[in-house]
Amino acid sequence: MKAFTRHTGVGVPLRCSDVDTDQIIPAAYLKGVSRTGFQDGLFAAWRAREDFVLNHDAYRNGSVLVAGPDFGTGSSREHAVWALLDYGFRAVISPRFGDIFRGNAGKQGLLAAQCERADVEALWDVLETGPGSEVTVDLVEQTVRAKDLTVDFTIDGYTRWRLLEGLDDIALSLRHARQIDAFEAQRPSWLPTTTT
Amino acid sequence: MGRTLAAKVWDAHVVHRGGSDPDDDLRGAAPDLLYIDLHLVHEVTSPQAFDGLRLAARRLRRPDLTIATEDHNVPTTDIELPIADAVSRTQMETLRRNCAEFGVRLHPMGDLEQGIVHVMGPQLGLTQPGMTVVCGDSHTSTHGAFGALAFGIGTSEVEHVLATQTLPLRPFKTMAVIVQSRDGTLPTGVTSKDIILAVIARIGTGGAAGYILEYRGNVIEQLSMEARMTICNMSIEAGARAGMIAPDATTFAYLAGRPHAPAGAQWDAAMRYWSGLHTDADATFDVQVHVDADALTPFVTWGTNPGQGLPLSERVPDPEQMSDEGERCAARKALAYMGLQPGTPLREIAVDTVFLGSCTNGRIEDLRAAAAVLAGRQVREGVRMLVVPGSMRVRAQAEAEGLHEVFTAAGAQWRSAGCSMCLGMNSDQLAAGERCASTSNRNFEGRQGTGGRTHLVSPLVAAATAIRGTLSSPTDLN
Repeated sequence: MKAFTRHTGVGVPLRCSDVDTDQIIPAAYLKGVSRTGFQDGLFAAWRAREDFVLNHDAYRNGSVLVAGPDFGTGSSREHAVWALLDYGFRAVISPRFGDIFRGNAGKQGLLAAQCERADVEALWDVLETGPGSEVTVDLVEQTVRAKDLTVDFTIDGYTRWRLLEGLDDIALSLRHARQIDAFEAQRPSWLPTTTT
Repeated sequence: MGRTLAAKVWDAHVVHRGGSDPDDDLRGAAPDLLYIDLHLVHEVTSPQAFDGLRLAARRLRRPDLTIATEDHNVPTTDIELPIADAVSRTQMETLRRNCAEFGVRLHPMGDLEQGIVHVMGPQLGLTQPGMTVVCGDSHTSTHGAFGALAFGIGTSEVEHVLATQTLPLRPFKTMAVIVQSRDGTLPTGVTSKDIILAVIARIGTGGAAGYILEYRGNVIEQLSMEARMTICNMSIEAGARAGMIAPDATTFAYLAGRPHAPAGAQWDAAMRYWSGLHTDADATFDVQVHVDADALTPFVTWGTNPGQGLPLSERVPDPEQMSDEGERCAARKALAYMGLQPGTPLREIAVDTVFLGSCTNGRIEDLRAAAAVLAGRQVREGVRMLVVPGSMRVRAQAEAEGLHEVFTAAGAQWRSAGCSMCLGMNSDQLAAGERCASTSNRNFEGRQGTGGRTHLVSPLVAAATAIRGTLSSPTDLN
């Protein structure tokens, strides 16, 4: 995974709550068997509308998405994270994330930064009064800066550490291989297996 | 200090306690590493995970704790023919290749056990109390009905479980949802689907984010296993990754004799663990929610998230009357998408499609309930009704009971098993502007097809709606 320390890019105000992962990438785009090429599916239904924020020239090359509460609810599809990354996003800001989405983002190096709702609204105001404004998301300081505005964000300490170091989760878990072996050795024999 | 059911199952699966290494403090709140007892796999969220294993030259640690089926993409008609959609076909062929290469048991299309992954696990007896169960699908919460800790994971986590049979997890908070009535029964025409829709409307789609739910109370205790699965299934629609119900005599009776349930002395040993799987009397939950089941009536959604629901007897709400600005905006947007006017009685909303199926309501009891309403009646002209059993075994059982004849005589379409119109990855989709009463779990924009409009309902409401052509409950038929 690519390490994340800080990122500066165009902020995109998405004034919506409950952006479920079906909206982030509709099911029709989930049929790929490789990890790349999901950018066309990003907000596919909404991008068909001329007035959707990503269809405005100022926001087209955005890389920091600022969304309302409950972003990434619903389906577990990691394709939602891949679609955001493949499009060019590096960070998403929201007052609250769907649990599975937030976990998926952390595994893939997409920063899911949780901000107070009032701060998200303040960011929206900045980005809408100055379309195309840049936003800096700083994982070391845990701040979001846009023009004169600086707000804090929260993220769990473990995900922050892994993102800063760019660490692979599986390799971290495999450091405990001996404990996994020991745990397996004492599992009760009545637990089911799929083979017998 | 007593422990909750969730804590007991969690503690029994800790391989490595977060923060217990000297260097762990470098990482802040390090997660616990939990062992996973059962990993369910399907074609949509697994290809990149198997690729990841190959790229890193990692083996699949426990093929014997892994099982796969084809559900999201499969057609529900002409299943003996090659799949017409080339992209869907590639995804299923990829799953078949991966399962062959890594030695994973697969129930492919046409197999008796094939079906929605969350119907397959329980019907095989693979889902048992006190287990940890994961799948790259958010409705894995279904298996919590057995007192298992079961939750959906992303593809990176699928790869993680394939490689290590563990997952690093941060502790959750707990929320008790206590459903009670005077005598533990539900009012006539009210089902477990109505309970969970009412709960989600109450706490919202993010209300349980970060929590494990435990459903309790005399009503839950009297529910069948299948009704419990319906409730746990939709925990994720309230934002909870997992929902659980303590195992009891109902659970054990359901399990006994299933292909993978323990038998003989193994059963006795399992029972010793299972019988301790309940929240201790002196344990506390972080939050408690009480539901008065005597006051419940059939519940339907009017909007574009599962929290936007009301009793069927109500009217489409007026966004301008909502005090919260966020809710008001969401409701305006939802009504525009749904093509609904504030003040319209929900009972007057006409549908053109009825979908009976999904991991929420595609089990035999759901089919029986709907068939009982449809028997001797006709699906209204101009309405198409799809009946999609959750698995081929459910389909076979329904046919043995003659339910398929009830459905076809009423004018409904009797299909093969799969996720089907719940998410429209196959050709079972709504056209733009079409309106569906659906027993599935999500009414998101475009969920059942681009521009399609979904009202979530129980199987009883689905059947009555098919007959009347507008959102209805069986009592409206008299």
